[in-house]
Amino acid sequence: MRFGQITYDLSHLLGGAVLLLSFVLLYQRRIGAVINAFAMQGTLLALAAAWAAHAQGVRGLYLTALLAFVVKGVLIPLALHRLVRQLNLHRTVETALGVGPSMIAGVALVGLSILAVLPATEAVSALTRENLAFALSVVLLGMLMMITRRNAISQVIGLLSLENGLILAAVGVAGMPLVVELSTMALVLMVAIVAGVFAFQIRERFDTLDTGSLEEHRGERR
Amino acid sequence: MLTALCLIVGLLVLVGAAALPLAGRASGARLVHGITALAGAALVAGGIGGLLGGPEVLHLPFGPPWGPARLAIDPLSAWFLLPLGLSVGCASLFALGGVHGPVAPRLLVPWPIFVAGMALTILAADGFTLLLGFEAMSLASWALVAHDDAQPENRRAARIYLGFAGFGGLALVLAFGVLSGVAGDTAFAALRDAPPEGARAFAVLLLVLAGAGSKAGIAPLHVWLPLAHPAAPSHVSAVMSGAMTKVALYVIARFAFDLMGPAQPFWLGAPLIALGAASAVIGALRANLEDDTKVLLACSTIENIGLIAMGLGLALAFRGADLPALAALAAAAALLHTLNHAVFKTLLFLVAGEVLHGALSRRLDRLGGLIHRMPVTAWAALAGVAAAASLPPLSGFASEWLLLQALLAAWRVGDIAFQMGVAAATALAALAAALAAAAMVRFWGLVFLGRPRTPRAAGAVERTGASQWALLVPAALTILLGLVPGTMLDLAEPALRLMAGTAAPQTGWLAIGAAEGGAQYWPIPVALLLAAAIGLTAWVVRRRAPAGVVPGPAWDCGFIAAPQHLPFGDPASQPSAAGFAQPLRRMLGTSLLGAHEHVAMPGPGETRAAVLTTGFADPAMAVLEGPLPRWRDALTAQAERLRGLSIRQCLGLTFGAVVLMLALLAWLPGR
Repeated sequence: MRFGQITYDLSHLLGGAVLLLSFVLLYQRRIGAVINAFAMQGTLLALAAAWAAHAQGVRGLYLTALLAFVVKGVLIPLALHRLVRQLNLHRTVETALGVGPSMIAGVALVGLSILAVLPATEAVSALTRENLAFALSVVLLGMLMMITRRNAISQVIGLLSLENGLILAAVGVAGMPLVVELSTMALVLMVAIVAGVFAFQIRERFDTLDTGSLEEHRGERR
Repeated sequence: MLTALCLIVGLLVLVGAAALPLAGRASGARLVHGITALAGAALVAGGIGGLLGGPEVLHLPFGPPWGPARLAIDPLSAWFLLPLGLSVGCASLFALGGVHGPVAPRLLVPWPIFVAGMALTILAADGFTLLLGFEAMSLASWALVAHDDAQPENRRAARIYLGFAGFGGLALVLAFGVLSGVAGDTAFAALRDAPPEGARAFAVLLLVLAGAGSKAGIAPLHVWLPLAHPAAPSHVSAVMSGAMTKVALYVIARFAFDLMGPAQPFWLGAPLIALGAASAVIGALRANLEDDTKVLLACSTIENIGLIAMGLGLALAFRGADLPALAALAAAAALLHTLNHAVFKTLLFLVAGEVLHGALSRRLDRLGGLIHRMPVTAWAALAGVAAAASLPPLSGFASEWLLLQALLAAWRVGDIAFQMGVAAATALAALAAALAAAAMVRFWGLVFLGRPRTPRAAGAVERTGASQWALLVPAALTILLGLVPGTMLDLAEPALRLMAGTAAPQTGWLAIGAAEGGAQYWPIPVALLLAAAIGLTAWVVRRRAPAGVVPGPAWDCGFIAAPQHLPFGDPASQPSAAGFAQPLRRMLGTSLLGAHEHVAMPGPGETRAAVLTTGFADPAMAVLEGPLPRWRDALTAQAERLRGLSIRQCLGLTFGAVVLMLALLAWLPGR
């Protein structure tokens, strides 16, 4: 499999698209748009998994693709939209880090992950290497999103998009057992549920979703 | 041979486990000590076998997850088995004689494990196994130091000892890390294939000096020795001084002469020489000032370790300067002194233990006149003391003479700074030897000569049996090793070849000497000459003495007769330990050890006596207890601020760490 073959090119394209959506997530300020971008990323991830299943000839990956689509492309975004409507947050605009700085930081992280992954994986095929680089970039961008956002829902989305990166790495590498992906998926679902409950609680108690407000209520010191 | 040694280590560990039920009865405790004593003898046999036979390698069928545990024996490790075995054998024999009932398990269980850890360190052939042995040795000896936790000073000693042990282990882990580099293979064979260069070699040497040097007692990391030795039981302090410090020196030698490869610059030996000289002087000076027998002996150990470190450093420098014959000479001095010091220091610590048992005190001011009540101990101690004072023809003289020959030949390294440094080190070594002799005179004189200073010392009793043999064997060995140093050097020749990189000359049993045409020392003729001179003097004195001599009361320096309530004489009419130490404390102590004196005079009309307070503080201890805790507290206060971070800042820390690691990963393979 090399550059110029349809399998390679399409895998590359889908991985790149997932990464691109991570950038969108990073700079998007409206919460509704963030959720939509996340739904888009989940759908693209499902497509990438399905293509990987086709290319590698592994049936199990179709299941991964289906799960990714249903859970990340549909269910979680719908639930988040509902949450936002209930908490009356559609119009919230948050600016934790400006567009320019976050883009620059994101590009730097992508460069770093390429520099780190490519020399370390010289023995494996080109597709796997680049998929790993993409996946690591998505993970890093998800982490960056978690630390630059103040809103609890955006932070949860950052965590979920980080997990998208993990799934991308798992589907890109041939021979990863299905059970790993399924358990990761289940874990993320649990995390999402817990995070949703917490968001409700925070909102009820403190009348805001800004996690900075939690700081004043820590037990020790202060 | 190696398989048998490996089985001995395994057996010792099993004995350590079995000691828990065995400790309940005297016979069980005797069994444990008896087996350990036999293991000591077997280790000596294994060492001799390893020196005479070829090197062997053994891959154990178990080990860490990433590979087998590797053991090996080569001449260097075989030589260090000799001091270990001798010291352990004598100390176990001594402990065997001291068992009169159930022994506390906390005293019995760590003992075989301690010995097993030392043997494993010497036999290890990869970093993991070496660290395993080293840490087993550290922890087991810590348990023995901490056995008597009722006394606050023992608890403090154990705490400081554990701190040093942890620090040493950490530094050794880092040393292996720096030495193995990114490949990460710590098998000795792999490390030899990729020797470090330049700054990396220097970093490895410094880390090893911090790690193993703190265990050996090289200044400035020597402060635990005078604290831990009195806290441990006598047989344990004997082995800690006699063998454990040597095992640490073995680790230094293994790194410096074997793992780091032969192509090192000569200045790599300079830190060893400088720190060795500092240890020698500080240790010898402190030995003159302490008034506790075991503390005094521990300080003398620091001095001797310093001398051995100087020998190792010189050998390293000579090898780097391409002077293999001189390297062999310096290495011979170091190896011979390792063995000699192990034997005579074990002997002296066991003597201190016997005195503690007989006269119930370690304090010099509570002893005295014991030669009448404990003659065998006294004469055995005299052999050890004379060797420690490096008097010919005893063992200490031969090795220290070789060391001085090596120091005097160091001008042949053609670097003016090095020459000046070694000239200073030579003066310091000579000073240390003289101070050590003074300390030994003070030790033996105050303990065994004069009049008893307390009733308990006057009623001291000497044990017979195994405890006495445990003193006589090392005393005889001290004399024997002093008479045949040449034979021992011939035995050590393979180890010298490994260290110096060239065949060392055969010396024969009669004489040892510096290189061709240099000075020679003929131990047996010197012994005969001395014996003849002493005999002649005795004969002449007897011959010239008038007949009918009646022994009268000893002159007591003009003091009046002691009062009735002091039937053994007034202790104040004899020199005290502090009084004996006063000249040296005033001359050298004020500048080196911060010694101080203060006289509290009574005011006019007051009837109380004037009080003279004296004391000194080791500068290394002052640093350890002064700025170091302050820095630690400041660091803790800074670290405490981490707890106040917000969630996003905490996540940011994690993120920063991940990015940093990735950046390192991206940067390192390019290097």
